[in-house]
Amino acid sequence: MKITFPHMGSTHIGIKCLFDELGVETVIPPKISKKTLEIGTKYAPELICLPLKITLGNYIESIERGADTIVVTGSCGPCRYGYYSEVQKEILKDLGHDVEMVVLEAPHGNIPEFLKRVHKISNTKNPLKIAKSLKNAAKVLKRLNEIEAQMLQLRPHEMNKGDFDQVYKQLIKNLENSCGAKEMLINIEGAFKHIIGIPLKRKEDALKVGIVGEIYTVIEDAANVDIGKKLNDMGVEVYKSHSASEWLTENIFYRSIGLTSEQKIEEASDPYMKTLIGGHAKETIGHTVLYSERGFDGVIQVLPFTCMPEIVSMSILPRVQQDHNIPVLSLIIDELTGEAGYLTRVEAYIDLLRNRRESKKDEKMLSRH
Amino acid sequence: MKKCYLGIDVGSVSTNIAVMDHEKNILDTLYIRTQGKPVQAIKNGLQEMKNRVGNNVEIMGVGTTGSGRQLAGIMVGADAVKNEITAHGVAALNYVPDVRTIIEIGGQDSKIILLRDGIIYDFAMNTVCAAGTGSFLDRQAERLGIPIEEFGTMALQSKAPVRIAGRCAVFAESDMIHKQQLGHNQEDIINGLCEAMARNYLNNLGKGKEITAPVIFQGGVAANIGIRKAFERLLGCEICVPQYANVMGAVGACLLAKEEVARKGKTDFLGFEIAQSEYQVKSFECEHCPNLCEVVQFHRDSSLVARWGDKCGRWNNLKDYRDEKLA
Repeated sequence: MKITFPHMGSTHIGIKCLFDELGVETVIPPKISKKTLEIGTKYAPELICLPLKITLGNYIESIERGADTIVVTGSCGPCRYGYYSEVQKEILKDLGHDVEMVVLEAPHGNIPEFLKRVHKISNTKNPLKIAKSLKNAAKVLKRLNEIEAQMLQLRPHEMNKGDFDQVYKQLIKNLENSCGAKEMLINIEGAFKHIIGIPLKRKEDALKVGIVGEIYTVIEDAANVDIGKKLNDMGVEVYKSHSASEWLTENIFYRSIGLTSEQKIEEASDPYMKTLIGGHAKETIGHTVLYSERGFDGVIQVLPFTCMPEIVSMSILPRVQQDHNIPVLSLIIDELTGEAGYLTRVEAYIDLLRNRRESKKDEKMLSRH
Repeated sequence: MKKCYLGIDVGSVSTNIAVMDHEKNILDTLYIRTQGKPVQAIKNGLQEMKNRVGNNVEIMGVGTTGSGRQLAGIMVGADAVKNEITAHGVAALNYVPDVRTIIEIGGQDSKIILLRDGIIYDFAMNTVCAAGTGSFLDRQAERLGIPIEEFGTMALQSKAPVRIAGRCAVFAESDMIHKQQLGHNQEDIINGLCEAMARNYLNNLGKGKEITAPVIFQGGVAANIGIRKAFERLLGCEICVPQYANVMGAVGACLLAKEEVARKGKTDFLGFEIAQSEYQVKSFECEHCPNLCEVVQFHRDSSLVARWGDKCGRWNNLKDYRDEKLA
């Protein structure tokens, strides 16, 4: 059995770690490229959202490298992601790929079925071993996501351009060649030490921008025109509202015991959206409100073309923008590879934020005298 | 010799150049068609400008904007390279300091810019759809066999309203043909088109935005009085078309260049002579990863001055050509 899985940011490191711990062989799909997207677009339904196309491309490229089992999380949530695995299964079958697709979910709350699926890929039935592997992998992913978050905030301040990128690139390379949590954690802690040593030149007036929106587009830089890096290059600190490790603890841990760690986010969005409408629409609004309360300069929403939940929140965001006095820019992402249009908007948006910051500063100066 | 600033706006349809003096008076402007050849358009424009004012002015700074701003910036040695939204906003503020709304309709895109207290407060931009842009009008004028310059005045002669669907360029065209076959007047149809375009703009870009006076209308399409009147009817307020409406992007680039040069104290302008240089673009496909980026190499008189087009920065960060110059 050779297991593969879709890319989403650096999540593949966490998944690889999990299966390393369980002693199961994995095939990491090649880095998302134009070719991945081309394959995905060729075989996916024309009007489906971008993540389905990219992940389908991932599967096919992995199958070419010998993978025979695809593991993916399921979701009965009211967004098209719930149908992804079923649609992709059929497409792969039509293409003549003989692979098994294991969807990690409990259909209609059917726990024995869920366990059956877990056992199919886990190489063991020992629940303790599974739990321990999961815990270790979650830790690796958490630390890795922490590095990424730090990088998005510190990179605009680096003295020598490219220092952070170099450390991070090397880290991912090392992790892909490591086996198991122990080795991976040593690498990650090493990278943390490196990052502390990177010389910084603090820009006191750096803008702060939050990225909200559909989870895949927020996390996967190949699907968001690498917005984090673009903003960093313009001297802007970036905060992403989603990370894979948070999603994991929220879904696997909190929700299963009937709790949520996102009480605050939900409450913040209540005045605008009273109920869950699927996807992360409510979180998008909640995060925008909270970011404005934390004094952020702006919020950028990213969403794939035709994403229903995010279209709903996009139409509500102008009101949030007015009530909380925080400019919001929505970027709709599709197969387009030309980035000029996005750059123009982002540049103009950052100019707008800078001017607002300046005029606020002037007001303060005036009121002091 | 008068101390002046040069602004270049390289758009999809037109390339505009403006020359502004130190007191922010516009000395001369130029509006030429890009015709898909930005390098040639910039060269022709600079040559023309040099012939007109070159002997009387000393260029203190140069700014570029528009979708071809990076290319133009490298060609002329720009001090400020800015997106067209900021450039248009800066230019409008210079003429109407209390402006609150800018309607800008160009060849390939249209924008709405909202300003409050002298700063850009919100904006929206449409590029995916041709309905509501200058190219659409251009094409319809061609269909009707009317020069685009006369389009607006013809619309004003309309006596009876003809409603044309403006949601989509394809629908609008078939709707228009249908109305023609029904025997409607040409003036009425043209007026219908102008109204359809203004309606589409407001429904699309203006959605959820608070459009308040003073409203400025700029961009190439602002020269069309029919569209301006249609906007006035729909918005119920007067719309101001500034004197240099069709080259406002270039004017904004002048202002931004002036600001930037004041900050850094010198200009990187390479001189009008570059219009005589030979420019060559060579591209190749990078085979380093499956992205297969199309990398563009830009040569001035056979020396490499810039590379772009790669995702990872492997090529555009390579500074070897700078070293070449030093050596």
